[in-house]
Amino acid sequence: MKPKFGVVVFPGSNCDHDAYYAVKKVLGYEAEFLWHKEKDLKHSNIIILPGGFSYGDYLRTGAIARFSPIMDSVYNFAEKGGIVIGICNGFQILLEIGLLPGVMLKNESLKFVCKDVHLRVENNKNIFTKSIKKKLLTFPVAHGEGNYYTDDATLKSLEENDQILFRYASKDGDTSSKYNPNGSVSNIAGIMNKKKNVMGLMPHPERHCDPVLSNTDGALIFNSIANNLFN
Amino acid sequence: MFKATVIIKRRPKILDPEGKAVEQGAKLLGFNNVKQTRIGKYIEFFVDTKDKSLAEKEVKEYSEKLLSNPIIEDFEFSLEEVK
Repeated sequence: MKPKFGVVVFPGSNCDHDAYYAVKKVLGYEAEFLWHKEKDLKHSNIIILPGGFSYGDYLRTGAIARFSPIMDSVYNFAEKGGIVIGICNGFQILLEIGLLPGVMLKNESLKFVCKDVHLRVENNKNIFTKSIKKKLLTFPVAHGEGNYYTDDATLKSLEENDQILFRYASKDGDTSSKYNPNGSVSNIAGIMNKKKNVMGLMPHPERHCDPVLSNTDGALIFNSIANNLFN
Repeated sequence: MFKATVIIKRRPKILDPEGKAVEQGAKLLGFNNVKQTRIGKYIEFFVDTKDKSLAEKEVKEYSEKLLSNPIIEDFEFSLEEVK
């Protein structure tokens, strides 16, 4: 059985088509767009909140999108154990709605960062990376507000509960601060909720799926989910 | 009817890159005494009710749920009755 990905479209999403193209056209899974004003998740097995600038990033990134009608359904889906991925702006929305802890600040450098980064896989005991053998992945980042912040107590709790999924690193896996593109606390690039069914990450796996783009590390995540979803 | 004014401030310990960037501009203009520029938000709107306690409740909830993020920001508001 092919898993079905539902890709939510907010006004201002701009990676929705990339995500749809990656999972459907490149990887051959089922996929459907989900308009933010609707509530129906259309029997999706996995929800993707894509990157972009939902509602123009007004007020705070993700602050308005999280009140879209579709987000009620996404929230309930996640609470029941449904698989949800927030990429970039999607991650910001997951933070605002409280499915993941923490908040995003503007990049420490004050610059919009757009480049490939290396990520160290910190945890394989979850559906998102279970099938990934590589310790380091290369994904593009493209954001102005990817500086993940949380207080010390929450950071400790993230570590204790194995919720940190990816850290920015060198190509050899060194996670010292000089490999941190945005100032994120503890070089965090991606996290999960405690139940490990909701993932948020700033880098863009959907942009590294098509072999014509020379790197297919992103496909490893979508394939890991698909391989382990019905097991 | 009440006019509400909400001011949202980033907590002192939280990094404020916008404030830092703007302060670089202050230095370029020669304002060498300017220090610790912090940028917040000023939001105003009307609450269409005669009941002041209801207006206060709505402004507070609006500020808590949407206008500010309690992890990094504090807010204060004032209400002014308008005819």
